[in-house]
Amino acid sequence: MPLDRNGITRRAARELQDGFYVNLGIGMPTLVANHVPEGMTVWLQSENGLLGMGPFPTDAEVDADMINAGKQTVTGVPGHSFFSSAESFGMIRGGHVDLAILGAMEISQGGDIANWMIPGKMVKGMGGAMDLVAGVRRVIVTMEHCNKRGDPKIIPACTLPLTGLECIDMIITDLCVMEMDRDRRRFRVIEIAPNVTRDEIAERTTAEILFADKLRTIDA
Amino acid sequence: MVDKVFDSPSTALADLVEDGITVAVGGFGLCGIPEQLITALRDSGVRDLVAVSNNAGVDDWGLGLLLQTRQIRKMVSSYVGENAEFERQFMAGELEVEFNPQGTLAERMRAGGAGIPAFFTKTGVGTLVAEGKETRDFDGEIYVMERGIRADLALVKAWKADPSGNLVFRRTARNFNPMVAACGKHTVVEVEELVDIGQLDPDGIHTPGIYVDRIVVTTSEKRIEQRTVRPD
Repeated sequence: MPLDRNGITRRAARELQDGFYVNLGIGMPTLVANHVPEGMTVWLQSENGLLGMGPFPTDAEVDADMINAGKQTVTGVPGHSFFSSAESFGMIRGGHVDLAILGAMEISQGGDIANWMIPGKMVKGMGGAMDLVAGVRRVIVTMEHCNKRGDPKIIPACTLPLTGLECIDMIITDLCVMEMDRDRRRFRVIEIAPNVTRDEIAERTTAEILFADKLRTIDA
Repeated sequence: MVDKVFDSPSTALADLVEDGITVAVGGFGLCGIPEQLITALRDSGVRDLVAVSNNAGVDDWGLGLLLQTRQIRKMVSSYVGENAEFERQFMAGELEVEFNPQGTLAERMRAGGAGIPAFFTKTGVGTLVAEGKETRDFDGEIYVMERGIRADLALVKAWKADPSGNLVFRRTARNFNPMVAACGKHTVVEVEELVDIGQLDPDGIHTPGIYVDRIVVTTSEKRIEQRTVRPD
């Protein structure tokens, strides 16, 4: 059974470690915040200038000067800090952020990512995505394995304009978890969703991929 | 002391606007935008502007106002997804757009304000953003050269100012404002509150007054793009 968005992001949350500084992309990745294990401290970085992002405010707490990178009203956890956009991207570019979790439209077998532009259709700009994939120490993509038409998104080479080159470390989809093998420059399937077969994954992936000898079932 | 305090956005901008100038504008989405200065810029009737701003406002607020009236010739931004009119003009080829990665845009303004004409970053290497730009290998990694930005006019939103131009920003409304303030040949700031000189804690000043030429006190609407709440 393929994972739903909740399952994908619950699995992604298992990559968090106590004390991590983490940037979560807009959309599905924001759900990872709901699955931070009890007792673990994770500092959420919002690239518009907030470290220590908290939950949405109550009605009485809403403040127009307090938003996240998705322009949603938010709060800060105890110990949060504010800074400028230059400082924020200094943290990101300078490799101080431990982990970024993002969505993607396409990923190449070598770990390139495309997630910002569909020529002639969606041209809104890359926002902070290019800085994040280039600068953050570890980059994980959470996404559906195939697009809405059912076409594979993990493909030999990206057809859309790139966001970054060879920068993706792990992919978590509704079907499986893949980890980049840095030596062989290919993703290796290490975990598989309950009742999903290796053949199904191979069928829905046109990229050249590796399979671990022992495939674990995703515990999500 | 030189009087930096002006009585209205329009008088503060009056002799600084000219067709074709480059205007850097602070804010992220609608948060921390110099909304009354933007409206005054529109009302000045200036044309062919090059606007450097992370976003382009929404259709009827912020820089979206100047897009509606076609006063902007070119935008330098990182993300414009909240503005349908922008997308329409861009797709129709009526508006020139230069997309910059958000961190590159912030650093370009920081560098411009700090007298640094160019810098190298790994952001965007191997993408459309790096096309036609110089690249260099540092310690085995490829970097792309990006240019600093100096703007003819910088429009800034701050929370508090004193008459010497020292500024304090509030929460995430700081965003691009400090870099915008520094990269302007002329920098105009709209503030919610003007306090007496000596009233701001010198340790708590975010932008020192040296970067600020003019100040105007305004009443901000502070519109919220996405009001998201949790139950009480």
